[in-house]
Amino acid sequence: MKKTFLYIFLTAGAVIFLYPFIWMISASLASENEIGGLIFLPSDFTFNSYVQMFNKIPIGKAFVNSMIVSSCVTFGVLVFGSMVGYALSRLEFKGRDLIFYIIIFTMTLPFQITLIPQYILIVRFGWVDSYAGLIVPYLMNALAIIMFRQYFKSIPQDLIDAARIDGCGELRIIFGILWPNSIPVLVTVGIITFMTSWNEVLWPLIVIRNENLMTMPQLVTLFAVGGRAESQLGVKLAAATILALPIVTAYLFFQKYFIQSMASSGMKE
Amino acid sequence: MRKKIIPYLLVSPYIVHFIIFVAFPVGFSIYLTFNNWNIISPMEFTGLNNYKRLFQDAVFWKSIFNTLIFLAIHIPLQIIVALFLAELLNQKINFRGFFRAAFFLPVIVSGVVVTILWQQLYGFDTGLINRLLVKIGFEKIGWLTNPNWAMPSIAVMATWKNVGLYIVLFLVGLQTVPPQYYEAAELEGATHMQKFLKITLPMINPTIFMVVVLSTVGGFSLFIEPYVMTGGGPLNSTISAVLYIYKQGFFYYHMGYAATLGLFFAMLILTVVMIQKKFVEKDK
Repeated sequence: MKKTFLYIFLTAGAVIFLYPFIWMISASLASENEIGGLIFLPSDFTFNSYVQMFNKIPIGKAFVNSMIVSSCVTFGVLVFGSMVGYALSRLEFKGRDLIFYIIIFTMTLPFQITLIPQYILIVRFGWVDSYAGLIVPYLMNALAIIMFRQYFKSIPQDLIDAARIDGCGELRIIFGILWPNSIPVLVTVGIITFMTSWNEVLWPLIVIRNENLMTMPQLVTLFAVGGRAESQLGVKLAAATILALPIVTAYLFFQKYFIQSMASSGMKE
Repeated sequence: MRKKIIPYLLVSPYIVHFIIFVAFPVGFSIYLTFNNWNIISPMEFTGLNNYKRLFQDAVFWKSIFNTLIFLAIHIPLQIIVALFLAELLNQKINFRGFFRAAFFLPVIVSGVVVTILWQQLYGFDTGLINRLLVKIGFEKIGWLTNPNWAMPSIAVMATWKNVGLYIVLFLVGLQTVPPQYYEAAELEGATHMQKFLKITLPMINPTIFMVVVLSTVGGFSLFIEPYVMTGGGPLNSTISAVLYIYKQGFFYYHMGYAATLGLFFAMLILTVVMIQKKFVEKDK
């Protein structure tokens, strides 16, 4: 009896969280005049909305842009994050504590304060409408450094000493010895960074004006608010569906890692 | 000698990046607040004018007020829903993985997707929610067109999007409660409600505070939802502080004034978060 109630509530919850997505996909496949009355499945499937959307905006190009930007940002955050995390956790040097406090400070600093001056920097560097403008400011991430530092602390010193005796330099130790032993933290930082970068909209809206360089969420946002969807609901929903597709697909395969990664990043703050 | 500089070489990219993209911008932003500048023509020193303007700017204060309204609905709703669903997931049930994954789905999807989707659900004539309301005999509601409803509607949508993350955080918190506590309470004949109020709540207090801080910072960053759904309207009822800063900076190119708003707003966020942290420490 008690169990029944439990399942009723859980199922109701699942419906509330999943149904809007199902409706979105259905609506994107329905004809324009059916959407207004659509409850579940359309009477007739059509790819018309998708065809129109592909004709109106360079969504394929935007997908490639997003892939390039998010991959570069993720790669940079992993490489630089582990270098700094290693130095902070395993090496002794003057100013180490100061650097650690700086990192903690940047984590608490609200982005609203740096938004305007960072844009001015990008203008001065000539990076408006360039990948560099989207990538370089995000190459370092305080949370990633902290997570690497934490994880590297737990790796036995013997492993590092043995590598030193074999003549490994510090970079070889980080990328040849520590990385293969740090898969969980690499996955966690990788997923959070990639996802945050992929879903970022405000910064691209500021830095990119050329349609061929826009990221996917930016292009879809401007499409939805800019009037080019000509208030056709189906076309907007098709754009939203295409935008959700890559991350949702990744989520279906690595669902457990997504949840664990996001939860552990929340815990750290 | 070589050994001594290696650590500095390893942290140097971070230091350079910090100086260029954090330290300099913070300093420059303070300098900007004393100037008028549209990026193209030369900067014009205006003293404290930007600050005077800020204190008289009704739209800015409205945007702060809107953000507070958002938080006042979003935070309690989020905690109640997350705690309730986490408590259900923490029972001995089948398909826990499926339910958890379902609740978490909106968290990973871009805010743009969620916003475009909910804009349709909230639609006045054709929106799913109003159609359901009409079906069960209620009046249609102007979820996004009525100034009294618009911000609460956005807060509910934001809760729907983020609550999955907090369910997982609460679930972790709930699992730290030693089962012996519940067993002892059961022997004493405690009811479900008593166990929840007397054991669960105090034990997961740290998680609750963490959720409050996280969603406060998240709420203060509110931008894309009003940008896409309402453009800040109707009657500025959904304009958020970040959206207003964005408009001042990148629509009107009032760089000095936008920097002033950003600095002031950042200080406000830091103050609120600091007060919240004080509460947590006192509680411990």
